[in-house]
Order: sequence, then structure tokens, then C-alpha cells
Amino acid sequence: MTAAPKLKEMAEAFSARVLSRDVRIMEVCGTHTTEFFRTGVKDIFPARLSLVDGPGCPVCVTQNEYLDRAIEIGKVHGAIIATFGDMIKVPSSYSSLGREKAEGMRVEVVYSPVDAVDLAEQNPGSQVMFLSVGFETTAPAEAIAVRTARERSIKNFSILCGNKVTVPAVRALLDAREVNIDGFILPGHVSAIIGVNAWKFIADEYKKPCVVVGFENHDLIRGTQMLLDLIESGRPELLNEYTRVVRDGGNLKAQEIMYEVFDTVDTEWRGIGVIPGSGLALKSGFAEFDAQKKFPVTPPPPKEHPGCRCGDLLRGLIIPTDCPLFGRACTPERAVGPCMVSTEGPCSAYYKYGRK
Amino acid sequence: MCLAIPMEIIEIKGHRATASAYGVNRQVDITMTPDVIVGDKVIIHAGFVIEKLDPQAAREIEEAWSQYNAVMDEEELKKQINEC
Ligand code: SF4
Repeated sequence: MTAAPKLKEMAEAFSARVLSRDVRIMEVCGTHTTEFFRTGVKDIFPARLSLVDGPGCPVCVTQNEYLDRAIEIGKVHGAIIATFGDMIKVPSSYSSLGREKAEGMRVEVVYSPVDAVDLAEQNPGSQVMFLSVGFETTAPAEAIAVRTARERSIKNFSILCGNKVTVPAVRALLDAREVNIDGFILPGHVSAIIGVNAWKFIADEYKKPCVVVGFENHDLIRGTQMLLDLIESGRPELLNEYTRVVRDGGNLKAQEIMYEVFDTVDTEWRGIGVIPGSGLALKSGFAEFDAQKKFPVTPPPPKEHPGCRCGDLLRGLIIPTDCPLFGRACTPERAVGPCMVSTEGPCSAYYKYGRK
Repeated sequence: MCLAIPMEIIEIKGHRATASAYGVNRQVDITMTPDVIVGDKVIIHAGFVIEKLDPQAAREIEEAWSQYNAVMDEEELKKQINEC
């Protein structure tokens, strides 16, 4: 594979950059976690630069209780479970959707939440429950699915709401002061929805430099260079590398749709705990689509995966290879925790691309 | 759930549109970006257009990185398009 000359020059300059001290940066997006590896950009990091993973994988930060409830609803109420493919292999406290499917539960993978509405229309005799998990990039799509079900008078569709928003989580990490982060690589597509300005508090209140970055290899190199420039010159500013997609105010239409359907609520994140205002729940006007209300169940008491350190990982305290189970008891085929199976999970990225 | 591969809008019917990249066509929903027109380059997530590319900024990147896509594995790109 020969790289374009300009990219090659840029990569060489990046790799050769001399840092005056050790620098730790955090990426707040699961897609960045994977893309830094997949594109090889992580392999050419300058000396003294390290990257820690943040809480940016929606499936990873979802508590076991959520999947336990989904499975219990499938069992007790016989609902068809529609989900993004990423959820299938994630271990719940006692099982997984993949295992339940093998044992006869109807679990359908969809690419878009609206496909789950179609599935409900095609199965009028069954209930279809969509597992609504994701950050701000996904929530407007899920809101549109709920609106679509209402417009088309589809009564057998509901969502199990596990949506989260990222800004309060980053604030919680900064408040906890457990990890010393010199700067942040901010998510490109979450920011496409919420806008660059939503992150201003990181620079203004916490005096940390941060850059909104795209996902192609040139974005990753350029964005990291911009962040290093800010760090090295001691400028706590917010910059946008991904100007071709992300606007200062974000996508206002998407925000409007999202908050027409959802309210913000306090919710629990794996490893971090309850973060005020960091979750989304259906507004009372859409209660008929709320699977948690529609299908009462008492899931078995949730159980953590013994030895799994996903929680520490999502707070940036360790990297995947620090987990004693990594690559031994825990592999993508036999995952102990969610961080090993989600395509955006840090353990999955390290396992697939990072083992040298 | 998705990647950053821009696709081009080639047809619009109401809030549904056809987007294309690398010879792969996808049906997408444009409810979040009602002002897209045929020919716009867009970013897709979970079957929805989440934003359109700023033509000026996209052109600058395209010129600077014209050879970039040529070095990506086309099969890998198609797989990503089909899954997002
Ligand atoms: S390697 Fe497995 S057990 Fe260890 S933190 Fe990652 S997912 Fe958990």
C-alpha cells in the first residue's frame, strides 16, 4: 500500500515530532478508538505521546441491567427484539442475545431504527421492541423511528431506551480528576449533531485543549497535531479539524427532533456511576412506545463479570492490555465484557489491531 | 455503527433518498437534513443522513488527498458502506 505523497509527508512529520514532555490525550469516541488502530496512525505516534480511551463506546457503557431486562422481556412477553448488530455478542449478567437467539428467542439485526418499525408492521401479531442504545449521533434516528410509528399508527412497536449523551460524561470525568489528561480528541459525528460549541466548557472551565476530529487517516493526524500544538503552547482552546462536516451549532433539525421525543434524565454508566442529565428517556407524550412501561418484568439481580476491568478502562485508568484477562480468558469469540465485543470497544480494537 | 465515508445523493423522493459511493447504492432517510439536493455529499449514520459536507471544505480535502481513496481497500470500503 503506497500512501499519497502528501499524506506520507504529513505522517512523517507527525511521527518525527519531538515532544518536550510526556503527553496523554484521551479520545472520547469509540470510532476513534478503532480508527487510530485501523488506519495505522497509532503506530506512528511520536515518542512520549499516549492515547487513553474514554467512555465513547455506547454498548460498553451500558449497564448489564439493560440487557438483562431486554432478555427478560423477550422471555416473558415474547417480544421480537430488534437491535443493532453490535449488541448480539455482548454478555448480559447471565446470557447474551446471541445465546438466547440460538435457543429460540426472536432477535433481529437492523441497520436503522426505522427498519424495526417496518418489522413491526410486517409482524402485526407480535410485539417488536427495538434496543435503543447510542449517543447523540443515533438518538435523532431513534426519535424519528418513534415518530414514524406514531404517524403510521403502529401499536406493536416500542423502544427500550438506553440512550446516553456524551457531554455530561466528559464533565464527570474531568470532575473526578482520576486521570491526568492533557487534551481531548472530540467525536466527529456526535459533534455533527450537537455542534462544536457544546464542548466549549472543556477549554473555558477546565482549561484543557480539545479538538473535534474526523475519522480518515489525514483527519486523525491533522487533528492530533492541532491538539499537540495547543498542548505544547499551553493554549486551552477548542478547535475544529472536521470543518467539512461539523458546524459550530451542530445540526439544529436533528437536535429539535431528538428533544421533541426525549427528555434528559440521570443515568448510570458502567464504571463511572450515575451521571446527572446524561441519559435520554421518552417524553410522557410517547409513553405508549416505552418498552419498560409496556412490558413490566423483574429481571434477575444484575451481576458483574468477574475480573472484567471495562469500568476502569472507560474512565481512562487503564488500557486493555492491563486487564489480566485480555487475550487469555477474554477474546472476541469468548468475551467476558462488552469492551471486547462491540466494534467500538477498546479491548476489541486492541485485540484486532494492536497486538504486536 | 457507521463510518465516515461520504456518499453522494443521486435521487430524492420525499424524505427518502438514494446515496451512492464506490458503486454501492443505499436507501437513506433525509429527515434530519431536509435541504439536501441531488449531488450533495453526505455523512450517513444508522440509515440517516446526519449532515452534508461543506462543498468548499470537502473540495479542499479532496484535492489534497485525491490519491487517498485509491490506496484504501475497496472491498473494505464497500463492506463499511453496506453496514452503516
Ligand atoms: S479484556 Fe475482557 S475482561 Fe478485560 S476489560 Fe476488556 S472486556 Fe473486560
